[in-house]
Amino acid sequence: MVASTMVALTINGESKTVDAPPDMPLLWVLRDLLGMTGTKFGCGIAQCGACTVHLDGKAVRSCLLPVGAIGDRAITTIEGVGSTASGAKVQKAWLDLEVIQCGYCQSGQIMSAAALLQDTPHPGDADIDAAMAGNICRCGTYVRIREAIKRAADGQA
Amino acid sequence: MQDALSKISPLPSRRTLMTGALAGGFVLAFRLPLKAANEPEQPADDTAGKFAPNAFIRIDHSGKTTLVMPQVEMGQGVYTAIPMILADELDADFAAVTLEHAPPNDKLYGNPTFGIQVTGNSNSIRSFWKPLRVAGASARAMLVAAAAGQWQVDPASCSASNGKVTHSASGRVLAYGDLVDAAGSVPVPQNPPLKDPKNFNLIGKPLKRLDTPNKTDGKVVYGIDAMLPGMKFATLLQCPVFGGKVAHVDDSAAKAVPGVRQIVVLDDLVAVVGDHTWAAKKGLDALIITWNEGTYANLSSADIWNDLRAASKKDGVVAKSVGDIAKGFAQGERIDGEYELPFLAHATMEPLNCTVHVTPGACEVWTGTQVMTRCQSYAAQAAGLPIDKVTVHNHLLGGGFGRRLEADMVATAVRIAMHVDGPVKVMWFREEDIRHDVYRPVYRDTISAVLSNGRIAAWKYRITGSGVIARWLPAAFQNGIDIDAVDSAVDMPYDIPNLQVEYVRAEPPAVPTGFWRGVGPNNNVFAIECFIDELARKAGKDPVEFRRGMLDNNPRLKAALDLVAEKSGWGQPLPARTGRGVSVQPSFGSFIATVVEAEVDDKGEVYLRRVTSAVDTGIAVNPDTIVAQLQGGLIFGLTAALYGEVTIAKGRVQQSNFNDYRMLRIDQTPPIEVHVIDSGADPGGIGETGVTAGPPALRNAIYAATGVALRRLPIDRRALAVKA
Repeated sequence: MVASTMVALTINGESKTVDAPPDMPLLWVLRDLLGMTGTKFGCGIAQCGACTVHLDGKAVRSCLLPVGAIGDRAITTIEGVGSTASGAKVQKAWLDLEVIQCGYCQSGQIMSAAALLQDTPHPGDADIDAAMAGNICRCGTYVRIREAIKRAADGQA
Repeated sequence: MQDALSKISPLPSRRTLMTGALAGGFVLAFRLPLKAANEPEQPADDTAGKFAPNAFIRIDHSGKTTLVMPQVEMGQGVYTAIPMILADELDADFAAVTLEHAPPNDKLYGNPTFGIQVTGNSNSIRSFWKPLRVAGASARAMLVAAAAGQWQVDPASCSASNGKVTHSASGRVLAYGDLVDAAGSVPVPQNPPLKDPKNFNLIGKPLKRLDTPNKTDGKVVYGIDAMLPGMKFATLLQCPVFGGKVAHVDDSAAKAVPGVRQIVVLDDLVAVVGDHTWAAKKGLDALIITWNEGTYANLSSADIWNDLRAASKKDGVVAKSVGDIAKGFAQGERIDGEYELPFLAHATMEPLNCTVHVTPGACEVWTGTQVMTRCQSYAAQAAGLPIDKVTVHNHLLGGGFGRRLEADMVATAVRIAMHVDGPVKVMWFREEDIRHDVYRPVYRDTISAVLSNGRIAAWKYRITGSGVIARWLPAAFQNGIDIDAVDSAVDMPYDIPNLQVEYVRAEPPAVPTGFWRGVGPNNNVFAIECFIDELARKAGKDPVEFRRGMLDNNPRLKAALDLVAEKSGWGQPLPARTGRGVSVQPSFGSFIATVVEAEVDDKGEVYLRRVTSAVDTGIAVNPDTIVAQLQGGLIFGLTAALYGEVTIAKGRVQQSNFNDYRMLRIDQTPPIEVHVIDSGADPGGIGETGVTAGPPALRNAIYAATGVALRRLPIDRRALAVKA
């Protein structure tokens, strides 16, 4: 069995140290050890995207990411993404177009969309499909997600 | 796609509306100050020193207006629509309003339709429309009477708006906060005058939702986010075979997992309690459990279907009879159809969870539920406590879809928590959530009809399936008829002179069944609308024209059909193996017509190209929510039609997670246009309507594209492949 060790992390620009086994997925470190419950559990097998966070600005699924594998890469979560330019634009567009219903998947949707806009400031439909198809929404908000990403990209938000 | 997306009304026009009559500023400034689960609770009956004319409204001396939400928010927008209704009739200052979850109390907050506290059946607005308007109007009348009393003028000479009473003749004004004490001694009026709808100032406007800002930045607290000091984390494994029991547990490896604190072995499940979810999960995976699989160890889907098909051959209880069915059948050649729908899981994005703290003589529960009082009573029963020793803290729901109309997860969590010292959050991993759902029942519907002069002369329809109401609300199960199972069949929209609807109650062995978004109408609208298309083809008629000819007594549905035909480009040419399908429904008090356009490739794969709906739901309290619910509901229903099926082998559910229980994703989602018809009638239901509308319209599109009349869901690609 893997013993716990102290792991140093940078989350939303702040240094945190947690006592966690290195194989523990980042999701549970965030939720259970740090009380940062904005990042959601949905499937545990990287099929739904509810747990999406950024590592150095790239979208990753935190449910399968061992905390010991992160090293000094910067973690951004839904609680901090509003401090990034693309994150703030996405959050605003999400509210302007009233994307959200139950909202449970939306942390992950917003994180995926913000990472997309950071890499591809003016995504086409194919870019949106590629970046967002890993995020499931049971309420069926996809039509508005597509529109809100375009709105955020156009800077109308 | 951009063109089609831009047609989704009324988003492009919302800004105009918001900055017009509504002065968008105050709406945007309004935030929902819901208490987080880990904040101290205020007493729910804290009415001292406040004006509390009824269970829904409290106004304090500062003018702060608290509205108590009897219905729960699970994405459907009810936490915006209910305050709109209350505040409109109250003439409250909407910006000064705060919301509070109602505590468990059937007497005060019971749904008028069910008599218990329940959010379901798309009826929050339908059921509460009148009571909430009366609650708001009666409070307003009392505040006006209090002001008039102070001024010694006729109340009729005073008016209320925006949280103030004005006597225009003298120019005097009193804020609601200043009238709290005086209004409290005014008798509650029995029949307060309600507003003329033309004077609504909130209802009918596309207001921003009050629950969504906290859903963009991680601040929202669902049941699964409850965090308590000293809390432990648990997860569980139930016997994979329905009804099976634990025989033996070897927990030596599990106990060695760092962070594992406790193994709880109950009759039917094993739970591992740890310092965090990861320890609990690793501990669970390290258990070696031997099960006593019991009676259903060999149960299969084939057995269940054989039983259901046999049951569907029996005569049922007659739920509706019109004209003379025998005479109708004598008028021509009988045409038969049989339709079958599978078990479905709910797969709410927030997996099942419940946090419980059992202390000597008391039990506290944190969860998200559609049935507050049932959670309380289930917890009390499981803990062996009187109901008043159980406190339930409700939360926003990460999806309900009917799964949270059950309280089994609360009982299970309490049973585990009884063995744990301190608070414990019990979370179902997705695999457990899918394998131990309360499933949408399997249904089989048989229809026989006769055509005469291009119209339906006789229609005999028999539904065979679970009686969900019989289990869930036994008092409503009367004379062998399950009112949910026959919903949308006994109130078919078409003019048919000779009609009979029968119901055969047939419960599948072992597999628990319950409500699933769209409930009974899902089954009936599918079978009816599919068979109508087959009859149209027999009659040599266009599917829209065939339906139109039988809707003279249903003008609202006919208008929706006409509008959707126009907006969808019905009749315009399409490429090969591409088709349009239509469905209509009068379900949940709303009148909806839908056209799906789909393409089928040579291998039988189906691609959605476009969906168009026209909806008359009466007064649209928050019109943008109506559009959102239709868009989302259509996707929910189309997901099931394309992929949804739970199957049983060796007594176990074979599906487990989103890899084998598939969901529609954004890359397969077509543009969806929703056109709202303003008929001015009382509001209908909306949350489930899209779910019901999508599958038959898709199936009929496939029928048009390929000529293959599918009669089961999900769609069978093999039947659609081009034969070599």
